[in-house]
Amino acid sequence: MLVAVESILARHGYRRSDLIAMLQEIQESYHYLPEEALNYLATALGVSPATVFGVATFYAQFSLDPKGKYLVRVCDGTACHVKGSQRIYDRLVKKLKLREGRVTTSDGLFTLETVACLGACGIAPVMVINDTVHPQMTPEAAETIVETLMKREAEPETEPAAVGEGNA
Amino acid sequence: MIATVTELKQAQREYAACLERERTRILVCAGTGCIANGAMRIYEELTRLAAETGSLVDIDLLLEDEAREGSAVVKTGCRGFCAAGPLVHVEPAGVLYTHVKAEDAGEILQAALRGEVVERLVYRDPASGEPYPRPEAAPFYRRQTRQVLERCGAIDPERIEEYIAQGGYQALARVLREMTPEQVCQEVLASGLRGRGGAGFPTGKKWEFARVQQSDVKYVVCNGDEGDPGAFMNRSLMEGDPHRVLEGMIIAGYAIGASQGVFYVRAEYPLAVRRIRTAIAQAEEKGLLGDNILGSGFSFRASVKEGAGAFVCGEETALLASAEGERGMPRPKPPFPAVAGLYGRPTIINNVETLGNVAAIINNGAQWFRNLGTEKSAGTKTFALTGKVRNTGLVEVPMGCTLREMVFDIGGGIPGGKRLKAVQIGGPSGGCLPEEMLDLPLDYDTLQAKGAMVGSGGLVVIDEDNCIVEVARFFMQFIQNESCGKCVACREGTKQMLALLQKIVDGKATMEDLDLLEEVALVVRDASLCGLGKTAANPVLSTLRYFREEYLAHIQGRTCPAGVCAAFRHYAIDPEKCKGCGRCARACPAGAITGEVKKPYVIDQSKCAHCGACVDTCRFGAVEER
Repeated sequence: MLVAVESILARHGYRRSDLIAMLQEIQESYHYLPEEALNYLATALGVSPATVFGVATFYAQFSLDPKGKYLVRVCDGTACHVKGSQRIYDRLVKKLKLREGRVTTSDGLFTLETVACLGACGIAPVMVINDTVHPQMTPEAAETIVETLMKREAEPETEPAAVGEGNA
Repeated sequence: MIATVTELKQAQREYAACLERERTRILVCAGTGCIANGAMRIYEELTRLAAETGSLVDIDLLLEDEAREGSAVVKTGCRGFCAAGPLVHVEPAGVLYTHVKAEDAGEILQAALRGEVVERLVYRDPASGEPYPRPEAAPFYRRQTRQVLERCGAIDPERIEEYIAQGGYQALARVLREMTPEQVCQEVLASGLRGRGGAGFPTGKKWEFARVQQSDVKYVVCNGDEGDPGAFMNRSLMEGDPHRVLEGMIIAGYAIGASQGVFYVRAEYPLAVRRIRTAIAQAEEKGLLGDNILGSGFSFRASVKEGAGAFVCGEETALLASAEGERGMPRPKPPFPAVAGLYGRPTIINNVETLGNVAAIINNGAQWFRNLGTEKSAGTKTFALTGKVRNTGLVEVPMGCTLREMVFDIGGGIPGGKRLKAVQIGGPSGGCLPEEMLDLPLDYDTLQAKGAMVGSGGLVVIDEDNCIVEVARFFMQFIQNESCGKCVACREGTKQMLALLQKIVDGKATMEDLDLLEEVALVVRDASLCGLGKTAANPVLSTLRYFREEYLAHIQGRTCPAGVCAAFRHYAIDPEKCKGCGRCARACPAGAITGEVKKPYVIDQSKCAHCGACVDTCRFGAVEER
């Protein structure tokens, strides 16, 4: 892992001002920020681990916990909110059997989050799974999409699910 | 490589001539909204079919072979009409198709080649059912003045040649050849352009402050951290016409004597980030960025920094902290960024749309810009029209347009015969305006006086099915989440306001709580350092001002007039319909439902948690919700 972090540092010329960009690249590779990587960054940049953790925990994009294979984000921007995004979220909490406070399913497949606004308000309410934007959602439609992914995961033979792949 | 102003003129003629040889031009909207609805499959299908006919061309082919002509399939930025997407526009006929599917590609292509129209795909006004093959005649577009967005949806944002063909970078050429930095600042000041990020500070004045600073390094920062939920104007402009924003930035750089530009774009906008990066790379390749631009001796470079999800970073000093790799916490002003900004150097921070106006002001003159809009708020403004309105999308109108025109003429009114309750404007820092205020002109000063603000331009329509207290709670939750924690008043005050609003929504509040809410709101407003805290109470104060009776209904009347707040919902089992299966009793998390099998069950109201689980599980529709 540290080889990867070292190459990210080198690419940014060990610039302290690029800390956020480096954290983004680490998260891109590991889907979260491993503690080891943060400590390594701190040492290499000559700042305290607290500084790096301080930046990492300030921004919503960063996670110190591993995320699921499918990152399900329900947009809860104003436009999505007034069109019922909360009901979609609630339905998915039930569907994914997420207990109080948990965001990732016990099998590590799904992480459910809300996001402040994806700027796709014209097609609200919106749900995004990994990079795929699903427009004009209803609780039922969202449940069906997640169910499809669950089924595919249960059958190891089939191709990886296309629903979660990028459409941008 | 374009090394001189003359070469730029030549390039324009050459690229424009190429575009003329595109006999048919099929434009597929590839904004985030249309892509989500499947626009890329339509684009691929159209390209494949056009290639089969042998007539497919693109600008590279046309540049190589001067005799060649044919049909082009182009991916464009957002046309604004997201609700009717995916959109396909056919030139030169000027026809707009809505709700297009990949299967329609063949029919669209054949019709385009024959100069015909596919009637069934033409946009129909939802109110009158009338078809509008030409978008400019449709109510959604007819009342708009698309100036900043003029090329959004008309050009390929990933091809600098298309921008140059339409007169792009001519303003930069003019500035470099004919104007001194001081003259540029004066021209922008004279135009009356004010910051489009929401605060409305005169742009020319900001530039002049930075221009007179002595420093070896200065910066231009473009604020693309459009964090307001319900706003996507800046995203659309960056996705649809990135070179326009870049040209504005280079001109700003020349005006203040900066050599570096930084686009700070939120990471939630991956497509915008990509298109800005592409635009920078193309401008560098053409020599419009870099050393000695157009032989003027002026050098300028630009880069992109991605935000990482923090609303407060839209505040300029927090944005600078974030761009330096720190926690995005605001700093006290003064010193203003124009004196000590990025890395302590003089810096101007302009919103995406502000920079998007610059080239047009230089090209058409300050007076032209003044003639658009009102006396104190010149020009046009883009808005994201969303929520409970028929035509949602991206809209651009002259400043001073009324909310009524926006919602009812352009937006087509409220769907489902519902009644409008409020228009939420300016995001979490803005306010909710009631129907009586719909005739207010939209400009900086009028809205400020009414306890709202233009903000960056989010406009969310709220109807009678939405609870205004719940909307205020929603915004407070957002603000509380996003408060950076630096100032006690904002950090603690937003938490307390959220708790009080939650109490009202949960039906547990008293009149004293309402007084306390107002008091806390005023303290947070007065005792916070940055704009986020100063305006954090706006959603509460504006709803209390215009919708106090709805608060009172929750507190004194023990009811939610919109029927949204779960605490006031009442569930009862209809004994006529109940078959006595017991599913609801098993589903009830509160153990409030009891009964004997095959006899009607009953809900114990004192135990009911108002969750609605019984309604969802009943197969006979026996549980009534009131």
